[in-house]
Amino acid sequence: MITAERKPMEEIFRLIEPYGKILLVGCNECVTVCHAGGRKEVAMLASALRMGRMKLGAPLTVDELTLERQCDPEYAEELAMVVDQYDAVCSMACGCGVQTVAERYQGLPVLPMVNTEFMGSSESNGVWAERCAGCGNCVLGLTGGICPIARCSKRIFNGPCGGSTKGKCEVSPDIDCAWQLIWDRLKQLGQTELYSQIMAPKDWRTARDGGPRRIVREDMAI
Amino acid sequence: MKSDSNLEKVLAAGNFAVTGELGPPRGANLQAIKDKASHLKGMVDAVNVTDNQTAVVRMASWAVSLVLKEMGMEPNYQMVCRDRNRLAMQSDILGAAALGINTMLCLSGDHPSFGDHPQAANVHDIDSIQQIQMVANMRDQGRFQGGAEIDTPPRLFVGAAANPFGDPFELRVLRLGKKVAAGADFIQTQCIYNMERFAEYMRQAVDMGLTEKTKLLAGVTPLKSAGMARYMAKKVPGMDVPDEVVKRIADQPKDKQAEEGIKLLCEQIEQLREMPGVAGIHLMAIEWEHRVPEIVERAGLLPRPQV
Repeated sequence: MITAERKPMEEIFRLIEPYGKILLVGCNECVTVCHAGGRKEVAMLASALRMGRMKLGAPLTVDELTLERQCDPEYAEELAMVVDQYDAVCSMACGCGVQTVAERYQGLPVLPMVNTEFMGSSESNGVWAERCAGCGNCVLGLTGGICPIARCSKRIFNGPCGGSTKGKCEVSPDIDCAWQLIWDRLKQLGQTELYSQIMAPKDWRTARDGGPRRIVREDMAI
Repeated sequence: MKSDSNLEKVLAAGNFAVTGELGPPRGANLQAIKDKASHLKGMVDAVNVTDNQTAVVRMASWAVSLVLKEMGMEPNYQMVCRDRNRLAMQSDILGAAALGINTMLCLSGDHPSFGDHPQAANVHDIDSIQQIQMVANMRDQGRFQGGAEIDTPPRLFVGAAANPFGDPFELRVLRLGKKVAAGADFIQTQCIYNMERFAEYMRQAVDMGLTEKTKLLAGVTPLKSAGMARYMAKKVPGMDVPDEVVKRIADQPKDKQAEEGIKLLCEQIEQLREMPGVAGIHLMAIEWEHRVPEIVERAGLLPRPQV
């Protein structure tokens, strides 16, 4: 899923400073799962903003709403009935949600309340970790199911680099060496011969380097 | 011969090679390069010119390499994957080769988080093994990485680095094998302090026939003080400095520690010369270029062969 974290309060107050009435919009998908922008976080941020602005002597009206999925135009459409009552929409969705709403309501400021982080999975309660870099051409079948692009600090395809120590990355002892993990898994799977093959330079065109990407499924088009 | 590299000639003639290292200045100071280089002239067969080492900005490696070339020395032009994509690498390689640089070393590079621009985007378009293959193909197939033909391919003696002490240990020789398969003509290793572990690494490399396909130069660095020994042991990723080595330096009074470091180094070089598969040493003096003449003299490595 896409992970996100709420922006620092000072930054949020700066962003909303010019406005007196805002609509704070959450999303029921990824940001709900990572506790960054679901219904609960919308309620908490709304009251923090009201109190904060009260203290500043510039009261703020905050209405709350959480969409099923903010990155879909169908759901963003639900705002149409109410949106013109507000000075700005403050979105607690990921960057995709913010942009979907901004695209639909051209004349209205749509402000991000969270920082979108990475594609990750939940490691344990309250811990999310990067797992995928969305490169558009998955090599997990060759690397024991562990991604050398998302999980090696140097994106090495033929790793590990010289800095790998006791299974940890040279960048930080908090980061597992992806190639140690890959090697351990290849051994477990009896696929160590996969390591001796030289992986060729990657074609990054399938990643962001090919320009902004789109998926077009003609069979799905109406 | 694959190139006009002095290092290639020295090794091909069966000599025990000695390479040195020079870190470019953090400024546009030409005299600083010349001063450092003057200590190395005639003392080593090639001088590694580091490329933004430890992810800290320094003068371009190709530029400093050219200065050494003009001083009549053989530069070993280092290039890291961290700072360039494959286009920038290949254009720099062509430029370096055209200017008479004959030897180059392919490296991943330290992560930017260690350097003076931790905010930087790190490129890592290709990794060091892919880089070795790219340079070897540029020379041998006359092809760019993208497939197009090169008018006048670069003639370079292509090197790579190896760290016998990183983890997992069992992958270390396999990774060396990959670098050799990718086309590395020579290998320079990370600094060696744990001789036992290195000997084991070399046994495996020799058994796999790797030292017949490539020339392996063992990396050595003099320990200048107990503080440096402790720093190397604790802070440098992938470094293995045994406790007894740290203790040996630390047991000396402060003003004798540097001397003990050089003594230890000379003993290590002696051991390395005897070790099967070791074709030479790579002496990384790290801002101690002025002591290199004394070190190579005491280690019995002079005079350097004229080939």
